[in-house]
Amino acid sequence: MSPVPSGSPSSDRQLPPVIALRNITRTYKMGDSEVHALAGVSLVIERGEFVAIMGASGSGKSTMMNIIGCLDVPSSGRYWLDGVDVRGLDETRLARVRNRKIGFVFQSFNLIPRTSALANIELPMLYAGVHAKERRARALAALDLVGLSSRAGHMPSEMSGGQQQRVAVARALVTNPALILADEPTGNLDTHASDEVMNVFESLNRAGRTVVLITHEPDIAERTKRTVRLRDGLIISDENTTRGPRRAEMGAAR
Amino acid sequence: MTILLYMTTALRGLSANKLRSALTVLGMLIGVGAVILLVAVGNGSSIAVQSKIKALGTNTITITNRGRFGRGPATTGTQSQAATITAADIKTMSDPNQAPDILSVSPVLSASVTASYQDASTTVTVTATSPTYLPAEDYTVEAGRSIGSSDVASSAQVAVIGQTLLSNLYPAGANPIGTDIFVTEGKNEAQFQVIGVLAAKGSTTGVDPNNIAIIPYTTAEGLLTGYTNNFKQIIVEAKNSKDVNAAEAEASDILASANQTTVANLPFFVINEQSLLSTSASTTSTFTVLLGAVAAISLLVGGIGIMNIMLVTVTERTREIGIRKAIGAPRGAILGQFLTEAVLLSLFGGLAGVAVGLIGSRFKIVGVKPVATPTSVVEAFVVAVAVGVFFGFYPANRAASLRPVDALRYE
Repeated sequence: MSPVPSGSPSSDRQLPPVIALRNITRTYKMGDSEVHALAGVSLVIERGEFVAIMGASGSGKSTMMNIIGCLDVPSSGRYWLDGVDVRGLDETRLARVRNRKIGFVFQSFNLIPRTSALANIELPMLYAGVHAKERRARALAALDLVGLSSRAGHMPSEMSGGQQQRVAVARALVTNPALILADEPTGNLDTHASDEVMNVFESLNRAGRTVVLITHEPDIAERTKRTVRLRDGLIISDENTTRGPRRAEMGAAR
Repeated sequence: MTILLYMTTALRGLSANKLRSALTVLGMLIGVGAVILLVAVGNGSSIAVQSKIKALGTNTITITNRGRFGRGPATTGTQSQAATITAADIKTMSDPNQAPDILSVSPVLSASVTASYQDASTTVTVTATSPTYLPAEDYTVEAGRSIGSSDVASSAQVAVIGQTLLSNLYPAGANPIGTDIFVTEGKNEAQFQVIGVLAAKGSTTGVDPNNIAIIPYTTAEGLLTGYTNNFKQIIVEAKNSKDVNAAEAEASDILASANQTTVANLPFFVINEQSLLSTSASTTSTFTVLLGAVAAISLLVGGIGIMNIMLVTVTERTREIGIRKAIGAPRGAILGQFLTEAVLLSLFGGLAGVAVGLIGSRFKIVGVKPVATPTSVVEAFVVAVAVGVFFGFYPANRAASLRPVDALRYE
């Protein structure tokens, strides 16, 4: 069982937190000078949370997303993802961790071009070694969950931004990961499409999924249950923003 | 991921840039096709040369008298003495007890003469020889009969003529058998009755072997000025092809003892058709290797083309690689995906090259009928695929080594 940093939200469950960061720093070398993208961040996110990580550009939120997503490794500090200490994992193991424990949603959708929606959703299961039949069934179920059953055979170029992003969400959740990690998921979408995507995230969270959004849009952050603000590589606030029921009307009226 | 999935993914990747993929395949096609075709041309010309040499008669040894010899056991100093090939020598060589490997010996006396029939006249080589000359030189009689030993014994004024002489003297379709032709050399003139016509025969030397009239060597006396019972040339035929060297040794020994000298000092020029054959075989195989090497270079260039295009592809699809890695593609899966693309390019190029090479070798190329060998086809194909793996590995490895965070940021 992983140690939990002090000051973490209380948990009445036996399960480890999905994310436990302790004193994470990340330093980049830019020529002669060093840039401290993260200057010592500690954060715990429990199972079933719906968290927005906010910050202006340069605040370190992208670095944080990369580290949480196991795409990058911290310069110092420790990180437990779903109870697994990712420090010292080699490339192959990190790939497996990303595959099993994290579902990514990117700002620019990042679907594989010239590949149908269904095939895109099947891709993470392909790398996990799931059999073709099961892959197909689970991909169809995930596509149904985001409300795009009728678009299974469509190529990314034949779908709107909102649809593409919902396919990306389906791809993220199809492996049943511990964490859905979304980097500015509505950054490239109009209000209506943003709302659709946020509805999907909300319903996933209601079904018990842990969702972490990186965003700089306050009204997106408002729809989550907890907002963590970053500035200059440090957490400056961490507050609960639960406002009761879903606020689809407000999102649409924005 | 299974091989099939790698294939479909790779095919999708390749079809994204159809023209580019097609051009890369074309590069491999040319390489593989060139190897198959050029090796086939080399092989075909080798076969052609060898069959022409075989047409000359592979069991024969041509011994030509170059005149005088200098130092020998019977002579001293620089004094030179004419070497001779006499009728007695020919008799000795024809004796199976003294020369067991020799089938026949034909004296040959050739001269360029003018032959005429009715109003037509032409220049022709008259070869005065014995009946054994014809089989030894692979001449066959197409119509009529050959000269016989009775013709030699009776100095019969008969001739067997070649196809070129026939067409030069006679109108097309005429039957020359039984007609008389006149042969003139200087002041000498003789009349010969045509008794047979030779079948056409191939040439290696550029001299037309069909512009010939063969007469019994006894008849040449008084007609051809060179006739002195000292033959300028004899053709020795071995009993079979593996006895050629033994027959050559026996003939040389007999001539050396008759001239009271050693074999090494004999002023005779001996052409063993079999050594000619093996020389030509090694020459043409060198030629084939050279052609194959030139073609192999184009195969290499095709491989570099694959590498080049795969590097471009990897760069273009950096973002896709990042996405795949982010959603959990292990290094091996990315490596496999791009390696499969490279190998598919070389595989398609190889298959098309084999097809083009085989089709191309059905046509005559610069007068040579190419003969494609299964070895060269298989080798060219296997090398092509190996080239794809070799040149595809570096770009694929580069793709697999990309850090996901960098690859995702790539625009």
